[in-house]
Amino acid sequence: MSKRIIEQKAENLIFELSDNNRLSSSLAPDIDVSAVCQNLPESVLRKQKIELPQVAELQVVRHYTRLSQKNFSIDTHFYPLGSCTMKYNPRACNTLAQLPGLAGRHPMAHASMSQGVMSCMFDLQNMLVEATGMKQVSLTPMAGAQGEFAGVAMIRAYHDNNNDTQRCEIIVPDAAHGTNPATAVMCGYKVKEIPTNGQGDIDIEALEKIIGPQTAGIMLTNPSTLGVFERKIKIIADMIHKAGGLLYYDGANLNAILGKVKPGDMGFDVIHMNLHKTFSTPHGGGGPGAGPVGVSERLQPFLPVPMVAYDGKTYSWITEKELPLSIGHLSAWMGNISILLRAYIYALLLGRDGMERVADYATLNANYLLKRLSDAGFEIAFPERRASHEFILTLRKEARQHGTNAMDFAKRLLDYGYHAPTTYFPLLVPECFLIEPTETESCNDLDAFVDTMSKIREEAEQTPNLLKDAPFELPVRRLDDVKAARELDLNYYYKDNK
Amino acid sequence: MPYIPHTPDEVKHMLSVIGVNSIDELFDEIPQELRSHLANNSLNTIPVGQSEMAVQRLLTERAMQDGTPMCFAGGGAYEHHIPAAVWEITTRGEFYSSYTPYQAEASQGTLQVVYEFQSMIAGMTGMDVSNASLYDGASGLAEAVLMSVRANRKAKSKRILMPKNVSPVYRQVVETIVKNQGITLELIDFDSTSGTINSDQLKEQAGSFAALIIPQPNYFGHFEAVHELTDWAHEQGGLVIALVNPIALALLEAPGNWGETGADITVGEGQPLGIPLSSGGAYIGFIGCKQKLVRQLPGRIVGRTIDLDGKTGFTLTLQAREQHIRRSKATSNICTNQGLMATAATLYMSFLGADGLQKVAASCVANTQKLISGLEDVAGVEFPFGKKVFHEFVISLDVNIDAVLEALAEEDIVGGINVSADSGKNLLLICVTETKTEDELTFFADTLSRVLSHLRNIELTTDGGAQS
Repeated sequence: MSKRIIEQKAENLIFELSDNNRLSSSLAPDIDVSAVCQNLPESVLRKQKIELPQVAELQVVRHYTRLSQKNFSIDTHFYPLGSCTMKYNPRACNTLAQLPGLAGRHPMAHASMSQGVMSCMFDLQNMLVEATGMKQVSLTPMAGAQGEFAGVAMIRAYHDNNNDTQRCEIIVPDAAHGTNPATAVMCGYKVKEIPTNGQGDIDIEALEKIIGPQTAGIMLTNPSTLGVFERKIKIIADMIHKAGGLLYYDGANLNAILGKVKPGDMGFDVIHMNLHKTFSTPHGGGGPGAGPVGVSERLQPFLPVPMVAYDGKTYSWITEKELPLSIGHLSAWMGNISILLRAYIYALLLGRDGMERVADYATLNANYLLKRLSDAGFEIAFPERRASHEFILTLRKEARQHGTNAMDFAKRLLDYGYHAPTTYFPLLVPECFLIEPTETESCNDLDAFVDTMSKIREEAEQTPNLLKDAPFELPVRRLDDVKAARELDLNYYYKDNK
Repeated sequence: MPYIPHTPDEVKHMLSVIGVNSIDELFDEIPQELRSHLANNSLNTIPVGQSEMAVQRLLTERAMQDGTPMCFAGGGAYEHHIPAAVWEITTRGEFYSSYTPYQAEASQGTLQVVYEFQSMIAGMTGMDVSNASLYDGASGLAEAVLMSVRANRKAKSKRILMPKNVSPVYRQVVETIVKNQGITLELIDFDSTSGTINSDQLKEQAGSFAALIIPQPNYFGHFEAVHELTDWAHEQGGLVIALVNPIALALLEAPGNWGETGADITVGEGQPLGIPLSSGGAYIGFIGCKQKLVRQLPGRIVGRTIDLDGKTGFTLTLQAREQHIRRSKATSNICTNQGLMATAATLYMSFLGADGLQKVAASCVANTQKLISGLEDVAGVEFPFGKKVFHEFVISLDVNIDAVLEALAEEDIVGGINVSADSGKNLLLICVTETKTEDELTFFADTLSRVLSHLRNIELTTDGGAQS
């Protein structure tokens, strides 16, 4: 291969480009620092100058531009990372969210100077209510995990408010995302795991056995993390409700069902949405996310604040004054508003027709890619099932025959300019790839991916080291994770790094 | 179709490969009674899709509605000049549209940026380690509280000493996040003449505790006796959580150097480092700690290591703390950091450098003092906690603060934050940063003066009316 996938040349640390004698740029105001410091109490001042690099503007621009070129991204590469919904982030959303009136507004600006942004948030609340079939939405959670926290905290507040304090357990499927059990514990609950059957559905008999008066609720994703729709959801909902528990919906996979089926109709009491997935806000190299929560009627009093209300003339804030049973505040103000604005703009661009199209084409692409890979001889984890927006492939046959595991396949894909699918999740399928192509990829790109997968399998048969030693074409080869964890080197100033 | 590349022929081809007649057939595993359709108005209240031009018109109108007022509010969100290059680079597609760096080899750009971010935060705060960032300062403080309870088992206490001169919204957020884990927040009063922590009351109330939170500067802009407080807390067997402003850190002593052995955990809001105000988010929390607490640190951490050929590279490390490995035993349910904001903050700190950041900080201090001088001559304005501050200060007024803020809003000024709370006084928190010119400071003082006398006249008239 001679194709350059991304920038390979090593880049110094910014600190190594620094010279303390370099004069600071026009970016800072001109002022005599020591004169100002003389008027501050000496006991609180620094003895030594702050440690930051001194680099000129162009050199900083080049440094970070070159670093950016060492990344895979949606804008540059197919990124079939299952459960992450890596679809196109429309540029309009970014540009418009940064308009001066929106980007420059202080969170404490008087409501009379904030009607514009409040109207956007109010509209978004309503759009999400409609899309999910829930009764009311609070936008404030700052990421999916915080939305989960808000959801489970509301479940707890609900039971506490009913003086129903014996409910100490949250049920979580074994295939669930790790945030589910971690969140339940943060809210003071014990976690009960239930198994999934061979068809990818929840084991109803096992569920029956662990439900009881101690059950506070269950956390489910539907379509599940196995990429299939939980068909018995209504039965599960009835079972949990009959036992006095509540149903939590992890909205990680909402992309697959937008406009097709609503969590509210499935019987869920509380849901969180990942706007950085379904509503295409930027993943940004790992956040910020936005994880609004929606609830059924019985949880409305407990929603996190603030929210936006509208009386037909003026927009106002809903705070703990209006909602005294609220679980409270999750962020200093109303969460990641600049991200919520991007989601709102995306929702306006799509409209209701575009939203249903998202589910249509995400599902079409997933099922097409599943069929093509299956026809090419790859083993599908749940071959009898329809894919939702994603599906699981297991490479256990290739691992057995050629000694090349899923990670080797993943690393070799990088050499061909594909971001690897999610590997080794969910944990219960061996040597798995969780593949989510999203609706914004073209048929040609999906075909090319299948060709590459087949080619890599040929390599596995003939020259397995091309996989085991991959990648070869990236800035670094496989990294020593054990060394990273044992001989910690966590920053430039760490121990004797300098 | 917006963002869908498929041609009708391709759709036909794809359906035939799958072996179905329509896209709708692909949803046949969803029980019919649960299905919703456009035809039965399932998304009825959502408008139909609009063109980019139409959406731009709508958003521009709404943005203009809110305008670009002159801002004197702080309280955890600060207006600073953001160099143009910060967001030009941050929103490059390779940063903007990449995800959490699970595949390290394909994410060296993001990973090195985060390593540099961690380095800058560690350098500024004097902490041994920093993580890759948290959601915001308020939730970051909650994580610091949880962390201190995990780390200080010796104290056998789940009490946290929380001064009342920590931002009230921060206190609310911490309460929401930690209350289900049996942690109590013991509120400590501040001294009514200085606005700083009342050390007598602190000592009286202390008992056994897991950690003391020390804000520097505090919510009112004043400086705490950080060295004495740190040493005292350590003598009592408690940890110290420093809550700091990153711009102020350019001039103020790093928490790592507070007292004899330094603060144990440092946390703060990183928004001042190049993140737009944006109505309060998305921001970025930063958190650092001493080496011995590193395994209790929540969230992502990037480490430097080598690859198969011995070449330097970066990767996520210490993942055994995290939810995707530990599940119910994780340090936190936190999944992501604030990647994009960490990128912007790293760029901001690089562009400014040590010199530049000091100048921004000094300019905040100088401008604040200029406004204080300007307000000294305004009738009815008093400074209940004094005037030695960083870039925020409290004034007490003889009229209702909400009325003042409303009147200033009509003059297109965000006048500050009402911090009267239950003090029985009319207290206004004002912030001045490097962005204000002398003319603007004079204009603000004059306008406030005018507003005050106007409101006093109204009150007089109303009172007069009531008497007659």
